[in-house]
Amino acid sequence: MREFAYVRATDAAEAAALVADRPDAVYLGGGTNLVDLMKLGVAGPGLVVDVSRLGQGRIEHRADGSALIGAAVRNGELAGDTGVRQRFPALAQALVAGASGQLRTVATVAGNLLQRTRCGYFQDVTKPCNKREPGSGCPAIEGAHRELAILGTSDRCVANHPSDMAVALVALDAVAQVRSADGTTRAVPVEELYVLPGDAPQRETVLAHGDLITEVELPAPPPGAAMAYRKVRDRRSYAFALVSVGAVVSVDGDGRLTDVRIALGGVAPRPWRARTAESLLRGRRPDEETLREAARAELAAARPLPDNAFKVDLAIDLIVAAIRDLVARKDRA
Amino acid sequence: MTTVEQSIGAPLTRVDGPQKVTGAARYAYEFPTPDITYVWPVQSTIARGRVTEVDATAALALPGVLTVLEPGTAPRLNTEAEGVSADLFVLQSREVAYHGQIVAAVVATSLESAREAAASVRVSYAPEPHDVVLRADHEAAYVPEKVTDGSPGFVERGDVEAALAAAAVRTDATYTTPVEHVSPMEPHATIASWEEDRLTLHDSNQGPHMAAQLMAALFGLDPGAVEVVAEHIGGGFGSKGIPRSPAVLAALAARVVARPVKIALTRQQMFALVPHRAPTIQRIRLGAGRDGRLTAIDHESVQPRSRIVEFADQTVSSTRMMYAAPAVRTTVKLAPLDVMTPAWFRAPGHTPGMFALESAVDELACELGIDPVELRVRNEPELDPGTGKPFSSRGLVACLREGARRFGWERRDPAPGVRREGRWLVGTGVAASHHPDYTMPSTAVARAEPDGTFVVRVGAVDLGTGARTALTQVAADALAVPRERVRLEIGRASLGMAAFAGGSMGTSSWGWAVHKACRALLEEVSGHAGVVPDGGLEVVADTTEDLRERAELSRHTFGAQFAQVRVDGDTGEIRVDRMLGVFAAGRILNPRTARSQFLGAMTMGLSMALLEVGEVDPGFGDFANHDFAGYHIAANADVPRMEAHWLDERDNRLNPVGGKGIGELGIVGTAAAIANAFHHATGVRVRDLPIRIERSRAALRTMREKAGGRGPGIG
Repeated sequence: MREFAYVRATDAAEAAALVADRPDAVYLGGGTNLVDLMKLGVAGPGLVVDVSRLGQGRIEHRADGSALIGAAVRNGELAGDTGVRQRFPALAQALVAGASGQLRTVATVAGNLLQRTRCGYFQDVTKPCNKREPGSGCPAIEGAHRELAILGTSDRCVANHPSDMAVALVALDAVAQVRSADGTTRAVPVEELYVLPGDAPQRETVLAHGDLITEVELPAPPPGAAMAYRKVRDRRSYAFALVSVGAVVSVDGDGRLTDVRIALGGVAPRPWRARTAESLLRGRRPDEETLREAARAELAAARPLPDNAFKVDLAIDLIVAAIRDLVARKDRA
Repeated sequence: MTTVEQSIGAPLTRVDGPQKVTGAARYAYEFPTPDITYVWPVQSTIARGRVTEVDATAALALPGVLTVLEPGTAPRLNTEAEGVSADLFVLQSREVAYHGQIVAAVVATSLESAREAAASVRVSYAPEPHDVVLRADHEAAYVPEKVTDGSPGFVERGDVEAALAAAAVRTDATYTTPVEHVSPMEPHATIASWEEDRLTLHDSNQGPHMAAQLMAALFGLDPGAVEVVAEHIGGGFGSKGIPRSPAVLAALAARVVARPVKIALTRQQMFALVPHRAPTIQRIRLGAGRDGRLTAIDHESVQPRSRIVEFADQTVSSTRMMYAAPAVRTTVKLAPLDVMTPAWFRAPGHTPGMFALESAVDELACELGIDPVELRVRNEPELDPGTGKPFSSRGLVACLREGARRFGWERRDPAPGVRREGRWLVGTGVAASHHPDYTMPSTAVARAEPDGTFVVRVGAVDLGTGARTALTQVAADALAVPRERVRLEIGRASLGMAAFAGGSMGTSSWGWAVHKACRALLEEVSGHAGVVPDGGLEVVADTTEDLRERAELSRHTFGAQFAQVRVDGDTGEIRVDRMLGVFAAGRILNPRTARSQFLGAMTMGLSMALLEVGEVDPGFGDFANHDFAGYHIAANADVPRMEAHWLDERDNRLNPVGGKGIGELGIVGTAAAIANAFHHATGVRVRDLPIRIERSRAALRTMREKAGGRGPGIG
């Protein structure tokens, strides 16, 4: 039997000290992904440090409309929080669209951000995977890749990031607070938390060993912004996104988009902020053709594989539909 | 004698319900067994070749490990035994026939040790190139002598080519269905214990009597030397019809370590070690007159078998008897591939076959401009077209009419691709259901106790279907006593010869034997002037002779299924709004459990239509998706308003109880009804299952092109 040690830390300093000294130590949030990977033999930590009880379980709504979410807040609790539902409905929608009720009850915010790809080859230790065993190869490119990424991939890895929540956070310009093992802290926009695979797909984030996400800050949305998260998947619940979109838009009196933020899920190794589309849309009236042109421009960089080529057009259609419906809703209001 | 309320037909709640919800019901893996050990299989990582070496050094060094079984040193099985599939010759050869095959196994004193040790066994192979992808033109494809229902692989009556050439209207299309995995909630699980040359298996299977016979043959034992206990089963759907390799492995391992051994497959192991439904490539050509009467049917199905065992799903068998047509040709072709042998999965053969046939009939209806319900009615045969025998009963037309009435079919606009509700395209579809009614000989024992209670023993098994409950009802009525006075014992090989719980034959086969035993017992009691002596009275009944004396009739069950679907014009997402089935399946013994059977089967059909696909990985030769995160079945949110109804069918020429099997009927035709509704919504036919989003979007693209660029947005 493969043994490992388990320690429940009581504060961040203790947790960091425990992990810093041991390369085989990992933090544990809700365990909904890490424990699965341990069962599959993908992860084999010698020490598991439980960071779910470090006093990071609060959601604070500030007077300026921003919010501070503790890293250990459970996904279900966050989805049900009245302030989040009212001020950041796209985040609540993304959370509810993810996993199952049972998993959301356990999974934490930081754990959700740092969950690993569900690529079947990554999860099967009998097969090569550059992410799991650098240099061993990527069978997904020739094999099963229908669910995998079309943007930001490399010849070494086409895995995608599975989170719904992270997509909404990126659309909302959320910032993660990170505490280093030496006790210093820094702010990392969630979008910049992830690195693209390039030649080293084993490296997925900018975090160093011992870095701990302590909270996530949500800036106040632009005044009058409308937002939504829309997810397309193979069945109606309990499935990862084929493509999802989180969108935040503000429209002026002339019907022009004064502010537009779009993030895509299911299509890239990280939540994909659609900055090309945003820049083409800012200041424009979002008629069908404009939206479609902007979405197409964003997806021009896609490098689809034969079985996930459908995601390109689907992402375009989803961006168009999401913003069209958001603006229409504003018109009615 | 006081009047006793009739039990059959009452919506009795499950007699074992309280045991199940309180956890008191014991499943195979749960029987406390002293001195237990655990076996964990090591599975092949190649799809074809030979094991050259098994290095168990590291595994044997781990604490708790008792032994490592490998080909060459594992005990010999009787591989000459008649009727035993080579799929069960576990560790008898170094040849690898499919990815995931058991090539070694670890036995240890704890589950964790066995699992860890299995991961450290190093297996070396001499791999050979493998071929795992089914192709319609596979060079090695051949027509098998027989398919699984015993009928020939090829049957032709009339001159099909001539009839097609002369037909006023023709359709010709190819339909495909993928690998579908059967993975019941309770995995395959076994506890094997030896006492000298007696083997006891607590095993999750669909037929303890048949399982005991097979295991006895395989281990070279007297048939009476194997006891199989299968008290409660958490679903089988055909996959537990006979013992599978894990049960054999447990028995082998127990023999080697001389201690009881248990195994329960993980969900991931289920996908490799439990047979799947064979994929099919089916071409159907129909010829008809303008009046809608079919003049020719040509149905060919190409499907895979494994290298080691021939298995030919009866994919074209429904086509042989569904509709009146003077010229019909039906063919099954098998392509040997380096895959696990496919096997039974709920309504084997009929399910994929009727997806194709009922899609083709819908295409013909569109071609002719005849309502698809009406078209089917016009082709209703008087006698079984395949055998020329009269039907014992045939309720297809009545099901279609009743279903149409309940569904509101008469208000349907036949034009495809024209109904929009906001961004949604909406359509409705219909398809027929069919399954043969099988009955097999069974025995039962009925016993009267002096205290006025009765015990009935039959080698039946309850997969979760409610068989235990229905048979209690049959016994109570036959004995004319309240059901509280009847105790039913099932789920053991030693209870006597009995049909297995497959082919929807359980209730009719066992019910007949139970009925016969109970009636004979009543006579026996009368012979004792109505007084049961101390020590009780007992009779044994066997229906073998009764079955031989049955009239020469064609016995089948029928149904009609209706569905409404909507397709998101932006994304191609498909939602099923409504499903309705009407079935004609003899006397319904228990409406509560029957309804569950129908709704469960229709839900499976929904999954088949839209979700299920075992994704063959051509490179590795295995299934890329092998858990429930990757292999999708309908979640609760996918299941719409769903209704199951049945006709009050009295078919007393079947058996004294009048019940037909219903376990499989409800899945047949469901996928076609949904696919036909998808066509009605979009005007585009999808002939390949499942209809996932890429296929739905391709249909929307076609729809847009047909409309000159207007319509749903694509890219």
